[in-house]
Amino acid sequence: MSTVTTPDTAPAPAPTQTSSQRSSTSRFTEAAANYIDERTSISGVVKEFGRKIFPDHWSFMLGEVALYSFVVILLTGTFLTFFFQASMAEVVYNGSYVPLKGVEMSTAMSSTLNISFDVRGGLLIRQIHHWAALTFIAAIGIHMLRIYFTGAFRKPRELNWVIGFILFILALAEGFTGYSLPDDLLSGNGLRIIDGLIKGLPVVGTWISFLLFGGEFPGTDIVGRLYSLHILLLPAILAVMLALHLVFVVVHKHTQWSGPGQTKDNVVGSPILPMFAAKAGGFFFIVFGVIALMGTFFTINPIWNYGPYDPSPVSAGTQPDWYIGFADGALRLIPPGLEFELWDRTWSFNIIIPVLILTGLIVAVLVYPFIEAWITGDKREHHLLDRPRNAPTRTAIGVAGVLFYAALWGAASSDLIATHFQLSIEGVIHVNQALLILGPIVGYLVTKRVCLALQKKDREIALHGFESGRIVRLPGGEYIEVHQPVDEYERWKLVDYNDYQPLMIRPNAQGKITSVQRLRAGMSRWFFEDRIAPVSPKEIERGGHH
Amino acid sequence: MAHDDLSGKDITAVSSAGVSHETAAPGTAVIPSETFENPGFPAHRPRVTDTDPKAEKKAERQVYTFFYLSIVGSIFAIASYMAFPIEDGDTGALRLHTMMLGIGIVLALFGLGFGAVHWSKSLMANHEGIDQRHPVRGSEETRARAVEIFKQANEESGFGRRTLVRNTLLGALVAFPLPAVVLFRGWGPQNENPVEMLEHTFWKKGARLTLDPSGLPIKASDVTLGSAFHVIPEGLNESEHRLEEKAKAAVLLMRLDPSKLKESAERTGWSYDGIVAYSKICTHVGCPVALYEQQTHHLLCPCHQSTFDVTEECKVIFGPAKRALPQLPIAVDGEGYLIAQSDFHEPVGPSFWERSSS
Ligand code: HEM
Ligand code: FES
Repeated sequence: MSTVTTPDTAPAPAPTQTSSQRSSTSRFTEAAANYIDERTSISGVVKEFGRKIFPDHWSFMLGEVALYSFVVILLTGTFLTFFFQASMAEVVYNGSYVPLKGVEMSTAMSSTLNISFDVRGGLLIRQIHHWAALTFIAAIGIHMLRIYFTGAFRKPRELNWVIGFILFILALAEGFTGYSLPDDLLSGNGLRIIDGLIKGLPVVGTWISFLLFGGEFPGTDIVGRLYSLHILLLPAILAVMLALHLVFVVVHKHTQWSGPGQTKDNVVGSPILPMFAAKAGGFFFIVFGVIALMGTFFTINPIWNYGPYDPSPVSAGTQPDWYIGFADGALRLIPPGLEFELWDRTWSFNIIIPVLILTGLIVAVLVYPFIEAWITGDKREHHLLDRPRNAPTRTAIGVAGVLFYAALWGAASSDLIATHFQLSIEGVIHVNQALLILGPIVGYLVTKRVCLALQKKDREIALHGFESGRIVRLPGGEYIEVHQPVDEYERWKLVDYNDYQPLMIRPNAQGKITSVQRLRAGMSRWFFEDRIAPVSPKEIERGGHH
Repeated sequence: MAHDDLSGKDITAVSSAGVSHETAAPGTAVIPSETFENPGFPAHRPRVTDTDPKAEKKAERQVYTFFYLSIVGSIFAIASYMAFPIEDGDTGALRLHTMMLGIGIVLALFGLGFGAVHWSKSLMANHEGIDQRHPVRGSEETRARAVEIFKQANEESGFGRRTLVRNTLLGALVAFPLPAVVLFRGWGPQNENPVEMLEHTFWKKGARLTLDPSGLPIKASDVTLGSAFHVIPEGLNESEHRLEEKAKAAVLLMRLDPSKLKESAERTGWSYDGIVAYSKICTHVGCPVALYEQQTHHLLCPCHQSTFDVTEECKVIFGPAKRALPQLPIAVDGEGYLIAQSDFHEPVGPSFWERSSS
């Protein structure tokens, strides 16, 4: 239960007070609270959670941004369902947008145009919905990076990492299905790519495509099916996962940074009522406001410029929404010629390999916490966050992963880069291929060095203090810079971290060394060979006198 | 010695100095024998609003001003909804409507948001609260009791003892969702085979090449040297499955200097006086290959930049696609219009598993 360092100042209502003295509002509040509690025992919930403590740090708000944009998505999406018609039946457009009058298109497209041009506020809500979706996915992505680089996924939070990761995948799926609903030229082309991708998969591809599209591409079923996914199935799973995610946050209590007074056994911050609730509630409206601001002033997905889907025309520079870019980039970067006929069947490795690489990337992210736990063998609970520099190998792996993703992502714009900078498309692709391989390697090495250097610097500061910038001339004529010692609060932040050593292999009882042990010892060496131990009190004693 | 209890008895971590105070294994973590004391909380520093009643009053004023602004924003939004109609189909009016409505809503949201945050930051008591953590695992008694309950349930039901009952139950549970899987066959039309459908297109012997999208037939004499046309088969616009057929039948028609065309022996007679027709559907994953570079005679797919050389029977010269674009054999009819000699000789578009050239 929460204790508060200073006693609550709000005086309890004095028992001598008679009801006649109290204002009618307070009497009403009391009666209402009593009415509800007698029917729900809600007072227990308030007692349990009302003063629960939440630590405060800007990076802890990223998950909140994701949550709030999801709420915005639900609100605006529900509005859109009242007007959108998920049908691919052909109609002749006859709405207010003059350039498309008389054009044949699907009902989905024409109803989306109606939302944009004939429903008051429709365009605004549609744009807010799309901006909220982009904010949602971006926030989840950055939130995930925060969790990774601070080691917040360690025991006991591994399962919540998995749940969060599922949320990320669901969000991508929501985004893609939503993007495809208006049945415009760009989204239809995106579906065409998905169709071709699925068809290229061995054994099952042709049939999966056939079933998904209800016959031949594009068919007349896909928008309706995506609609069921987009507004029913995926949001329902998403909401359940989200609830579970938050339940775990409560069960585990939030992590916090190490700091004066902040230990692995406590949580320091503000109580839910009133401080956290007011701040978080206010923050919800600010996030909503920023998204609404974007929806007001920045056009997004102007489908009226693209026109209805048609398998024949397409313009240069077609691109999916940015969060799908990494997959599109993987398709572009595959070296040429990787398709073979073998045993009377077609093996499209130009599709299979990118799909495998993407799956590998996803699986690697998913299982990372378990791998690190296996390498360290650390079974303790961890509630204090790591500063990224204090886990150099993890941080370096993270940077390598981000660069790998970035190279795939950049490749999705290869044609735009080429035309914009007047380069040859071949050149851009080759540079991107090189970046895909070299970027992560260089990024890994540099990051690790930088982390170790920063750790050394922290040691310096803990031992000898800050460089004050004041130069003093010694009697001997020598110049030195005066170092200002850090106070114990500052020092604490520099010395309180986890330090690991590589695992040594020893033969087991039978005198054997198994290959699993070797692997584990090798991984452990890779992780912890370069390590910089935190400053100990002894060192300070010794270092202080010179 | 830290001992690892997962992969067991045989792996020993390097000795870590000192002893862990925890029951859980620290693995290869180094537990230092002596560490610094956590110095505890620094002294609490009061804010201006805590000490200066004037600053406090001012903050209070600011907070309710924010809330007032929010109300103004909401009213403004409602007024704009009515004051700026969009029904006349003018895009300027639409822009104004969206902007005014949006500004009102944004003001309403920001007023609420900044008001509440300002209130919490400047006026609400900001002393640090502390919760104690407890291990996530249940207490020993709880765990023992849980085990006991399971044992008892097992005892009372005979779940572990009556193995045939248990195994048939599990089998039934595995089998019962299978009909649901079978039901998904209904997602595609019954009695149709996707492979056969992919092998044929709308083109047939004698079908005129017509312009996309108008459907007007093309005279060979209209196709000047260096030009390119987007083509569909005649009758496609009237077909029942217009988009599905178009997704396979779209063709690009180009006229090159006949001396530039390198034609293989089995394709002699497929072109007409330097006019060639190739499938427009990319052999990678099916985008329309829509960009024709007249100088180099290259066709470029905008999706993943596969590049095809028209002079070399559209073989791939760059990018992820492997196969050349299929060629449509063409001829000219009695009236001088371009016609197809037959359907394509191979499936068009993206590769699929059952596709084979034999
Ligand atoms: C949870 C994550 C969600 C994401 C990432 C997402 C994303 C998107 C995107 C990108 C679009 C295309 C918008 C456009 O037309 O420009 C879209 C359309 C749509 N969304 Fe969502 N959405 C989500 C949830 C929902 C929910 C929960 C609902 C309804 C309850 C909903 C209802 C709709 C409707 C009806 C459309 C089509 C209307 C139109 O295009 O104008 N969405 N969504
Ligand atoms: S679809 Fe043409 S290159 Fe990918």
